[in-house]
Amino acid sequence: MAFAATSESQALLTPALGDDEVLRIRNDFPILSRSMGGHRLIYLDSGATSQNPVSVIEAEQEFYEQRNAAVHRGAHLLAVEATESFEDARETLAAFLGAGADEIIWTSNATEGLNLLSYSFLNASLPGAGAPAARFALGAGDEIVVTEMEHHANLIPWQQLAERTGATLRFIPVDDAGVLDLEAAARIINAATRVLAFSHASNVLGTINPVKTLVAMARQVGALTVLDACQSAPHLPLDVKDLGVDFAVLSGHKMLGPTGIGVLYGRSELLNAMPPFLTGGSMITTVTMERAAFLPAPQRFEAGTQKVSQAIALAAAANYLTETGMGRVHAWESLLGQRLVEGLASIPGIRVLGPAPGQDRIGLASFDVAGVHAHDVGQFLDSKGIAVRVGHHCAQPLHRRLGLTATTRASTYLYNTTSDVDAFLAAVAEVRAYFGA
Amino acid sequence: MSLEQLYQQIILEHAKLRTGSGLAETPVPAGASSGQSHQLNPVCGDEITVRVAVSEGKVAQLRWDGAGCSISMASASVLADLAEGMDVGSFTKVIDNFREVLRSRGKLAADPEILGDASAFEGVSKYAARVKCAMISWVAAEDALAQALAPSPAAP
Repeated sequence: MAFAATSESQALLTPALGDDEVLRIRNDFPILSRSMGGHRLIYLDSGATSQNPVSVIEAEQEFYEQRNAAVHRGAHLLAVEATESFEDARETLAAFLGAGADEIIWTSNATEGLNLLSYSFLNASLPGAGAPAARFALGAGDEIVVTEMEHHANLIPWQQLAERTGATLRFIPVDDAGVLDLEAAARIINAATRVLAFSHASNVLGTINPVKTLVAMARQVGALTVLDACQSAPHLPLDVKDLGVDFAVLSGHKMLGPTGIGVLYGRSELLNAMPPFLTGGSMITTVTMERAAFLPAPQRFEAGTQKVSQAIALAAAANYLTETGMGRVHAWESLLGQRLVEGLASIPGIRVLGPAPGQDRIGLASFDVAGVHAHDVGQFLDSKGIAVRVGHHCAQPLHRRLGLTATTRASTYLYNTTSDVDAFLAAVAEVRAYFGA
Repeated sequence: MSLEQLYQQIILEHAKLRTGSGLAETPVPAGASSGQSHQLNPVCGDEITVRVAVSEGKVAQLRWDGAGCSISMASASVLADLAEGMDVGSFTKVIDNFREVLRSRGKLAADPEILGDASAFEGVSKYAARVKCAMISWVAAEDALAQALAPSPAAP
């Protein structure tokens, strides 16, 4: 039996999935049996978007066939059932993250979750925002800290917030191995730090960041913590209370769910003190022509018609993952990640980014092929039915730091077998010869 | 469609040849008016700068600097080969034709009489994600040409 261990994970010594079990799991994913120009589809782009099991597709269909109605309004039975399903989905995601249901806000995606936070903080910084909002208000002399490995979604909203409030944006650098410089972090996080926003796992490097260490640094100076869990929530057991973060975001389509749905977690006490971002219907108590009073979270942040079928389908995805066992998923993907990085590192002319073989990483690997552009690598792999991501992976500053403009990334999920990884490695080994590099 | 139809031999060769690359090292021919354009593909970070020099109604010189995939580098190389010595009107027509073929999603066959070696890129039109790779240097050339032809600002 295979085991995988990581430093700060509950997957410690959890038995991994095995190839036989993964072959059964694959049967739940209709798209994986598609033929790609005569080749079996080898899908290694789950870091960008994951595929959906039948149970997720059916959950959305079943909602539209049986229970579609407006939620949180209307007295008819359909409306009641739709509301119950929608709120059950919230409970499911709350349990998946170790949070309370009133701490789960539906967003369109993780990007919207991060923008919701940055705009709420901006609203808190405006004159007349009121006393409860003061803890989120930013101004000259305040600092926002991110890391050099952030996805643009966890960088640009903070750039904009800093620009608009006069706060300063700082970042924790990464070293050549793609690991956060914690000594630098200890210097950069200081009494002026108000917000620390960082990714749990890097979408480019595969690095798993030491969340608790960073949260402790932020707490010491009273800064709010924002965790981008896009590459962790789908792949490893995650408990926001255990990690101690104030806020966290995830993206539904990266965890077997549909597009158009994401989650923002926030500590209840904070959410209820934060000014709303979007305003309008469904988020109010009393409205006059002059002013409005707002509902507590989560409705406070859910103005307008919600993403009902998507939320329900995302709950089906979370159930699928929970039933499979997140610890086992993580252990399996750790094995695949090691197989990827070891295999790539042994091919001449390949530079693998991020942690070295043997070091903790999630089940993905980005790499540069000497003399061949990432787009050409991706095209070559595509001709063999192998789907990977090419480009800067929405992390231009990180690529610049590593002296690159574009890389190729293979990212696995619970439906990938070791033979997927091996077929990919065999194809990568042919790339340089094909392009004469 | 096979990979070989996309990466025709002539494309792989030009990607290495990079005809016309080395903008800074080569001065604009004496007496020619020139324009220069920088284009970026935000999807992959590919960049190219193309300089076009015009003299007596002809493209006197086309030079470029860039970094990118084999399609974009080969396309710039073929472009430089093709453009130099061509009269400005014909060059504009060639650019228009190239764009039309590439945007046709495989429906329009390239005419080697018009496009010469650039006909090799017709396979790219079936790969929507790669059309921009092949077009980027041509878009830069079109912009640079327009600048080269623009009346020079009046002396102060």
